[in-house]
Amino acid sequence: MNSRENMLAAIRQNKPAPGVDAPDWQPLPTRVTFGEVPTDLVTPFKTVLQAIGATVVEAAGYADVRIHLRANFPDVSNVAVTVPELGDLADFSLAIRDPHELELINLAILPGQWGVAENGAIWLTEQEMVHRALPFITQHLVLVVHREDLVATMHQAYDRIQVDETGFGVFIAGPSKTADIEQSLVIGAHGARSLIVYILG
Amino acid sequence: MKTTVPDHATASVAFNRDESYVDWHDETLWFVRQKRDRAAQQLPEWEELRETASRIKDHVLANLDELLVEFERKAQTNGITVYWAADAQEHNQIVYDILKSVGANHMVKSKSMLTEECHLNPFLKERGVEVIDSDLGERIVQLRGEPPSHIVLPAIHLKKKDIGDLFHKHLGTEKGATDPQYLTEAARQHLRETFLTRRVALTGVNFAIAETGGFVVCTNEGNADMGAHLADVHIASMGFEKIIPKTEHLGVFLRLLARSATGQPITTYCSHFHRPRPDGQQMHLIIVDNGRSAQLGRPEFRNSLKCIRCGACMNTCPVYRRSGGHSYHNAVAGPIGAILAPNLNMRENADLPFASTLCGSCSNVCPVKIDIDKQLYLWRQVLAKEGYIGGAKKAGLQLAAKVLASPTLYKWTFRTGRMVMRTMPFVVENGLNPWFNDREMPTAPKESFRQWWTKNSSQESGVGSQESAVRRAEVSGPPSRSQEVSSGTTQPAPTS
Repeated sequence: MNSRENMLAAIRQNKPAPGVDAPDWQPLPTRVTFGEVPTDLVTPFKTVLQAIGATVVEAAGYADVRIHLRANFPDVSNVAVTVPELGDLADFSLAIRDPHELELINLAILPGQWGVAENGAIWLTEQEMVHRALPFITQHLVLVVHREDLVATMHQAYDRIQVDETGFGVFIAGPSKTADIEQSLVIGAHGARSLIVYILG
Repeated sequence: MKTTVPDHATASVAFNRDESYVDWHDETLWFVRQKRDRAAQQLPEWEELRETASRIKDHVLANLDELLVEFERKAQTNGITVYWAADAQEHNQIVYDILKSVGANHMVKSKSMLTEECHLNPFLKERGVEVIDSDLGERIVQLRGEPPSHIVLPAIHLKKKDIGDLFHKHLGTEKGATDPQYLTEAARQHLRETFLTRRVALTGVNFAIAETGGFVVCTNEGNADMGAHLADVHIASMGFEKIIPKTEHLGVFLRLLARSATGQPITTYCSHFHRPRPDGQQMHLIIVDNGRSAQLGRPEFRNSLKCIRCGACMNTCPVYRRSGGHSYHNAVAGPIGAILAPNLNMRENADLPFASTLCGSCSNVCPVKIDIDKQLYLWRQVLAKEGYIGGAKKAGLQLAAKVLASPTLYKWTFRTGRMVMRTMPFVVENGLNPWFNDREMPTAPKESFRQWWTKNSSQESGVGSQESAVRRAEVSGPPSRSQEVSSGTTQPAPTS
């Protein structure tokens, strides 16, 4: 289609010429990063996650996670797990072809790659999800991150992430929410109704 | 279709009919603005972030063609089909053709202001395609047959009773129920059914990354992901200015976006799409111009294309907060909408740059430092020059120019005005005076400043010097407002 050529030609003709008709123009900033990195990342990470509606638990090891999970979800069924160390908690096999079958999932327990202290966001990719829909369609979500995988800001997170390593990756910060009715915060919009984050180690 | 749309001032009168709604709207949006301030103030590097974001966007505008071509190449390598749409019509046709190619007559759509701008829903409806908007606020306004009134908070003009009545009618909730938790749950169940049964999902694009050929979509509800990951076909629509050069720039923009929009540290979900699902999913991406290249060619207005659609300028705007989004009769309302809309159509949108006090608060909160207030002011001049200013406004300004140019006429006009206001207030205090409709007229003083000055200073010094002092005051005028706001710091709240 020649819309492509027309659009590109119009852009070429109309875009500002640096230094000529855009006198304030400056070169692209190289390697953007800001702020001092605090020594304690766990406290801000926990504080912000709690503020955005998540539950945060520091756990010495997977045994602690197991105890806490059993207490919080005593009779849960349709549990999908992609954390190898907690695999025995699963009763729902992810070896399915159609992601629509995931609508039955009540609890998904997934590992996060990185946690961001400034905003509570946790990065995971389709490698950890197996099915992209899983962390969204599950009624309740559990993410496990290692203490040493916490970073201070989004800048540090992107330093470590190769965003196109897989076909899909996401930062998840808290349970799904909305305030579209009179600005009243409601937890549990279309995605998970709750989020528990375990900080391991 | 648009010829019957009332102008901003007329529509604002309708919005202001119920004072309790307006007060609630005003206070709620101001509260969101305060949350934005608290979030921003927690980052000592906030101003540096804004400056960096602005510079990245400057770079984008100066290199748009190369970045888009680079993005297209990488996206295609990733398995994404890329389309270019010169205008709204072409965009809508591309979406329709994709739907036809897979035999779908239903689609679920997450928030995309671009598809509002292109009027995609009515286009598809006419062709027998049912579109369901999945963002809760957008679903609410869709059920009401209205457009969103705010780009981030689509149903901010409604109270929970309105939504309770609406859901009772459409979703079968209990009559009179207004609990937001209950109503949201009803929408969750209703839309879950939609997500599970739609084969085609359309999402917007917050950022497209040139170096990797992927795109990022941010939501709080998870609706974009629920739609896209369950559908056989994912269509993403983006205005071409959404491109950013590198992944690391996401760090800057994602730190700014949610904090500016709602005061959240980040949206719940920031989803990075690079390749279709390996199970045979199709991923289509439409790059849309629709007037953007023309805006790029207007040097004084082009940096409006830096906008990342956070809505901060709306939340802070004293006019938006008291007139509501629908009064702007444009997909994007508020200050940013008022500088984008005239580019699309000067005749239809000539009123919008006047829907402002030029207080400059919008520019002070803008995360990418768009000089919105300056552009509002400049648009007024362009619109006047092009002949789009209404007769009354033009006649009024011409009369004012005559009066202000003649000291004699000026003195006579104001002396007469004061006398009339004191002795015959009914002459100005009536419905024929548009100024009086929403305001009380000031009490007219017995004498002017000029008379007071002449009288008082003549007791101390010679008359001649006072006369020249008055003359000087007349020609120099009030101090320029730009001197007050040029520091770039956040100015205090404009109060009503």
